[in-house]
Amino acid sequence: MDDLRYEAPGTLEAAVALLAGEKGEARVMAGGTDVLVLLHGDIIEPDLLVDIKNIPELNGITQENGGWRVGAATNCMDIVDHQEFSAAWPGVIDGVKLIGSIQVKGRASIGGNLANASPGADTVPAIMAAGATATVFGPKGQREVPVEDIAIAPGKTSLAKGEIIVSFFFPPRPPHSGGAYLRFTPRTEMDIAVVGVGIDLTLDDGGTCQAARVVLGAVAARALLVDEAAATLIGTAVDDDALANLAAAASAACRPIDDKRGTKEFRVKVAAVLARRTALIALQRAKQS
Amino acid sequence: MAKNHITTTINGDEYEFLCDTEQTLLDCLRDELFMTGTKEGCASGDCGACNVMLDGQLVCSCLVLGVEADGKSVETIEGMAHGDKLHPLQQKFLELNGLQCGICTPGILIAAKALLDRNPDPTETEIRYWLAGNLCRCTGYDKVVRSVQAAAEEMRKG
Ligand SMILES: Cc1cc2nc3c(=O)[nH]c(=O)nc-3n(C[C@@H](O)[C@@H](O)[C@H](O)COP(=O)(O)OP(=O)(O)OC[C@H]3O[C@@H](n4cnc5c(N)ncnc54)[C@H](O)[C@@H]3O)c2cc1C
Ligand code: FES
Ligand code: FES
Repeated sequence: MDDLRYEAPGTLEAAVALLAGEKGEARVMAGGTDVLVLLHGDIIEPDLLVDIKNIPELNGITQENGGWRVGAATNCMDIVDHQEFSAAWPGVIDGVKLIGSIQVKGRASIGGNLANASPGADTVPAIMAAGATATVFGPKGQREVPVEDIAIAPGKTSLAKGEIIVSFFFPPRPPHSGGAYLRFTPRTEMDIAVVGVGIDLTLDDGGTCQAARVVLGAVAARALLVDEAAATLIGTAVDDDALANLAAAASAACRPIDDKRGTKEFRVKVAAVLARRTALIALQRAKQS
Repeated sequence: MAKNHITTTINGDEYEFLCDTEQTLLDCLRDELFMTGTKEGCASGDCGACNVMLDGQLVCSCLVLGVEADGKSVETIEGMAHGDKLHPLQQKFLELNGLQCGICTPGILIAAKALLDRNPDPTETEIRYWLAGNLCRCTGYDKVVRSVQAAAEEMRKG
């Protein structure tokens, strides 16, 4: 077996040069909570690990143009502990808090959660519902990508060889905006979502929903941004009728598989229940903000 | 190919060791430095037996590479007592039977200390959530939680 090499470059340019220049298989590593499990399980056999945690642009949470920029490798504990960001984006925090245990959150990043491309990843529906964009840097330079365009199938992303997710931009938030993420799991902690729902909405001064984004996780090969479900809320006061329509639209959008965690039928039903509950929490938060 | 040469601070002292890239920090602590207080339960991030502090952050050392410790500061269970004087958490685990076989105990102690360092007066719920990533197959969690509560009380008295 060839020796596995490890590099921890301090700049984006150096990281991309290493990734693009590697003849064998190169792997990006952030917190390693997926990469090291795969490596030690002999599921991946890279020749080079490029640890991107030391690159300044990938770390930290800062205000930018009225919104927030979060480095893709920022660990989840740092995100949860950031009070201003948490207050602005409680739905994202719902998802981040659900990742593993405290000791896993001390390493796991949202960039890795997205790039690992698991359909059940807990932060992805919330970040998609937030309307965040990812800044991606690679051999051909930098581009801005809607988060929903990154993970495309289990374990597969749209990132080209050598490309790294640098950071996420969460746009400025109008007043009366709120978000939430809920998942269904057999256990409350340390389990993988059978269904996850992220919803973000904005109300006008009279309490009518002006904008909404509804995302379903774990019910298809990738998290789904469901415009039909968002449309059931827009223009309503998110009342019982709207919630019933939302629930139906959420079920209709599911394209789940049967597995040990749940049958198709169960997932379709739970998606409706969770969509309704998630919308009510998002509504409450929007009213309070 | 040559092994990686790592210099790291463990419990305040500088250490050097050689390791392969695949080796986890847990492997390095136990097999290269013979500091066997840190335990392996699952090697996949699920059980918390391998918990250490890495630059002040609670982590599973089975999900950290040894090479990542280069230039960093690591705290392990070996650094918890001061000579013969046990840390209040260790003392309370002994007094209140917070352990049986003890495999999970170093990890639980490190995790509990990380909690009390940031929150000296956690509620029972906060303790249970914080320790959700630390599995114990024999004691049952109740005595563990009681021991942490008792230690917290003692530490608040100063
Ligand atoms: C015990 C345990 C429990 C867990 N529980 C949950 C859970 O409940 N819910 C959940 O969603 N997840 C859970 N996870 C998985 C979660 O920890 C990971 O998905 C994590 O978020 C990945 O982040 P990381 O920084 O550790 O990524 P890594 O493991 O370093 O990388 C993951 C993947 O993304 C790539 N990558 C990483 N960063 C970037 C980047 N910036 N640009 C491009 N590619 C990148 C890597 O090449 C790799 O393919 C759990 C993991 C463990 C070990
Ligand atoms: S041995 Fe590291 S978490 Fe179980
Ligand atoms: S005391 Fe035996 S596993 Fe916890």
